[in-house]
Amino acid sequence: MNRKVTIEVKQLDRVVIRFAGDSGDGMQLTGDRFTAETASFGNDLSTLPNFPAEIRAPAGTLPGVSSFQLHFADHDILTPGDAPDVLIAMNPAALKANLRDVPRGATLIIDTADFTARNLKRIGYDENPLETGELEAYHVVPLNLTGMTVESVKEFGLSRKDASRAKNMYALGLVSWLFQRPVESTIEFLQTKFASKPDIRDANIAAFRAGYNFGETAEEFSVRYEVKPARMATGTYRNISGNLALAYGLVAGAQRAGLPLVLGAYPITPASDVLHELSKLKRFDVTTIQAEDEIAGVGAALGASFGGALGVTTSSGPGISLKSETIGLAVMLELPLVVCDIQRAGPSTGMPTKTEQADLLQVMFGRNGEAPLPVVAAQSPADCFATAVEATRIAVTYRTPVMVLSDGYLANGSEPWKVPVIEDLPTVDPNFTTEPNATNDKGEPVYLPYLRDPETLARAWAIPGTAGLDHRIGGLEKEDKTGNISYEPANHDLMIRTRQAKIDGITVPPLEVDDPDGTAKVLVLGWGSTYGPIGAGCRRVRKVGGKVAQAHLRHLNPFPANLGEVLARYDKVLVPEMNLGQLALLLRAKYLVDVVSYAQVRGMPLGAAELAEVIGNLVEETEGIDDDARHLGEAAASLTHGEALNVQPNGVHHPEGAR
Amino acid sequence: MSTVDLGLPSLPGGLHGVPAATEPQTRKEYVSDQEVRWCPGCGDYAVLAAFQGFLPELGIKRENVAMVSGIGCSSRFPYYLSTYGMHSIHGRAPAIATGLAVSRPDLSVWVVTGDGDALSIGGNHLIHTLRRNVNLKILLFNNRIYGLTKGQYSPTSETGKVTKSTPMGSVDNPFNPVSLALGAEATFVARTVDSDRKHLTSVLRAAAEHRGTAFVEIYQNCPIFNDNAFDAFKNPETRDDAIIPLVHGEPIRFGTDGHLGVVRDGFASLAVREVADLPGGEADLVVHDAHTEDPAYAFALSRLTDAGILHQAPIGVFRSVERPAYDDLVRQQVATAHETQGTGDLQSLVTGADTWTVD
Repeated sequence: MNRKVTIEVKQLDRVVIRFAGDSGDGMQLTGDRFTAETASFGNDLSTLPNFPAEIRAPAGTLPGVSSFQLHFADHDILTPGDAPDVLIAMNPAALKANLRDVPRGATLIIDTADFTARNLKRIGYDENPLETGELEAYHVVPLNLTGMTVESVKEFGLSRKDASRAKNMYALGLVSWLFQRPVESTIEFLQTKFASKPDIRDANIAAFRAGYNFGETAEEFSVRYEVKPARMATGTYRNISGNLALAYGLVAGAQRAGLPLVLGAYPITPASDVLHELSKLKRFDVTTIQAEDEIAGVGAALGASFGGALGVTTSSGPGISLKSETIGLAVMLELPLVVCDIQRAGPSTGMPTKTEQADLLQVMFGRNGEAPLPVVAAQSPADCFATAVEATRIAVTYRTPVMVLSDGYLANGSEPWKVPVIEDLPTVDPNFTTEPNATNDKGEPVYLPYLRDPETLARAWAIPGTAGLDHRIGGLEKEDKTGNISYEPANHDLMIRTRQAKIDGITVPPLEVDDPDGTAKVLVLGWGSTYGPIGAGCRRVRKVGGKVAQAHLRHLNPFPANLGEVLARYDKVLVPEMNLGQLALLLRAKYLVDVVSYAQVRGMPLGAAELAEVIGNLVEETEGIDDDARHLGEAAASLTHGEALNVQPNGVHHPEGAR
Repeated sequence: MSTVDLGLPSLPGGLHGVPAATEPQTRKEYVSDQEVRWCPGCGDYAVLAAFQGFLPELGIKRENVAMVSGIGCSSRFPYYLSTYGMHSIHGRAPAIATGLAVSRPDLSVWVVTGDGDALSIGGNHLIHTLRRNVNLKILLFNNRIYGLTKGQYSPTSETGKVTKSTPMGSVDNPFNPVSLALGAEATFVARTVDSDRKHLTSVLRAAAEHRGTAFVEIYQNCPIFNDNAFDAFKNPETRDDAIIPLVHGEPIRFGTDGHLGVVRDGFASLAVREVADLPGGEADLVVHDAHTEDPAYAFALSRLTDAGILHQAPIGVFRSVERPAYDDLVRQQVATAHETQGTGDLQSLVTGADTWTVD
């Protein structure tokens, strides 16, 4: 192509881009494709899909706006970014709903097609914001994306409505050009996705190419941007979302234990994708049962575990509430069961598509009686894989239900992942009992289902079909060893304490602390999906000279054995959470440490700058820094490249999922 | 969304896939070492004795029998049988048994439940299990009362029943369990009585042989909280006129000297008439066909049951039709996936198609 002007290529180390439009505009798909292009280019990245629970809210309204944010960089990053550098708004509502997040100076690429007086009025604009000057602080690129899309696909003879539906691909093409993304994978994707609808396939590909070429030939853009691939540890990488990683981790865990996997589940946001993914994996000895309700889902899983499979159930908070009684039964039966809680904003139905981590106390204590069970939490999308493998190890080794905590942000977010070598994952022996394990007073061989391994306290597990070992178990209190019904006071006390001791005694790795020179006085301790924002906040504080240590809990029950000692080492412990201080409550109760809780429950991940300010202020206060000229919190929060370049000694950045 | 031809297989028997016993078994082998703790005179004793006597004749390995129960008096059943068993939680036995049956085709899985367990707290699981046709045998002990919680009305208690929780009489309209099961399109539905061991055993036998969910309602007397609820069926003076016997291929005729019979009566209904009053005599009677595909016929039969105090009700197999069992279909899909896609390679799955390498 002949261009009249030379396009400058500007180097950037990181970009945050947000696609926003109507729920029906295909913004999630557009974001997914841009992510795939970016991943295959080799940038580090982190994503944040954000969409309403309504499938198709009325078009053009604020509640119907769906968005997808992607942060990509030439270095190791930890979060999807606090604020977009570029916003692509497909209609006035998308502009209005997202503008408050966009800092001045950022670029707004706006589809002007829907900026009619009627549409504007509907969302509360009396005048067209493109004409009033109210966007002057931004770099505004108004384009009739819909009109150009329709024009670009006219040869396919589609209705205007159908033709305009390809506008997301037009926009994707344009942005792919702007950031020099490789486009082959998107064209292949469109060819496969619409293979059975040639008109739609060709129109989408044509629109995508037209958008790319528009960037190349039009003179709207004088600059293209380049974000070089990130330096990461050597290996094979792929991009993966939390729910997919969780599904694969469950299959890997079952396979390493040599057990078939039986999932019982009922659809619920944001957990349903785990059911969808596992239902495709029948060739891996995965059976999925879409049950009539949440209770039946966990019931079927527990029934399968009784039969010698690995029973798994997946849900979100409201479903976990319904499953509580069955989980209590699993505690009593002492059978393996993996329960995944993909948390969402509560209470009750809450905000189904928004994230939160307020189910911690529910999963710890939400059962009648003393019913302890292990709890593990994932810290990033890719980390859901390792968390599921670990949950399976604990469930099978200790014959216990295990809670896996993820959340909506991890479930739908994605990041590059260094693909693990399956053969290197630990194996677990279910160690089924096949012979009598004791003798009775007459000297005859018998099977005692509640005879325990002295080290793990795991009970003997004989499955139906094993000759001579038939036995009955149930929810009634059992006599030690025999498992017979017992109302004996001393026996009940013993069994309660034994079940507790079994969970308390689970071996978990020690907590690792990132304290660069070992002199920090403030520790920031988190769990779950706050890992990224906390890490980014700590980097910002360190960058402005503050000393801070960071640690993150995978194991919430039992806690790592060294946790008490770690907490005691620091003058102040800050615990940021997306709840009102649930981990803080547990730490105070168990370790008598006066932790500082930072609690935000907005349905969105914590922001890095926000945390930097909180951490910086606490460091300043704790260190006794009394300098009017130097405010750590403010300085850390206002850093523009706060997450950049946490250079490891060897100069290699570790992708976050690999930790 | 689209539908797929599942290539439905012809049905094997209910015990297909369950390993056969190598030696003849005795009733005693099925009696566990646990002391039976039902109230003296409870109908559960008779059912337990019949069941323990019946199991050996199935000729399957004892360790391949699994009993799953919920909560209630009847749900203590598994403790008294020397088979594998789980005494689970209230109402959930069908869901738990579904997971067990799906993952273990080599087991004969039985669910023991009661009117409260199955029809009140567990109603949802019951209807969905019946709709799916999981290869389970469900024994519903119906005593029309809550026994274990000491005497509240149940979802099968007659309207007006005075109990501890209904001093002025229950205002609830009761379920007819057989009608409910048929409404869920259960493939095997039967009713029997605790005290008639021969009939009970014959129904259990037919249930065991059925592929899919077999639903058996057992009228069971609670001597403490609802004594004589089924007296009409047990009293020699009334029982001949009370029991409407269902025998496949036979005209439905009963009563002292066979003076009563069942005839078609208007749109999709059946009625009991004096045979002597029928213009065609016995030729006008309905000949029972349990294999009728349309559940409307069996449903009409089920409506001959009194909703209030029981004076008359059909006993026997209402419906026995073939439909593929859920668990067979689920396993078939897993097998098909292995055949058509090959057994999965986890490393290549996890790696995926879209990767890049950092050197």
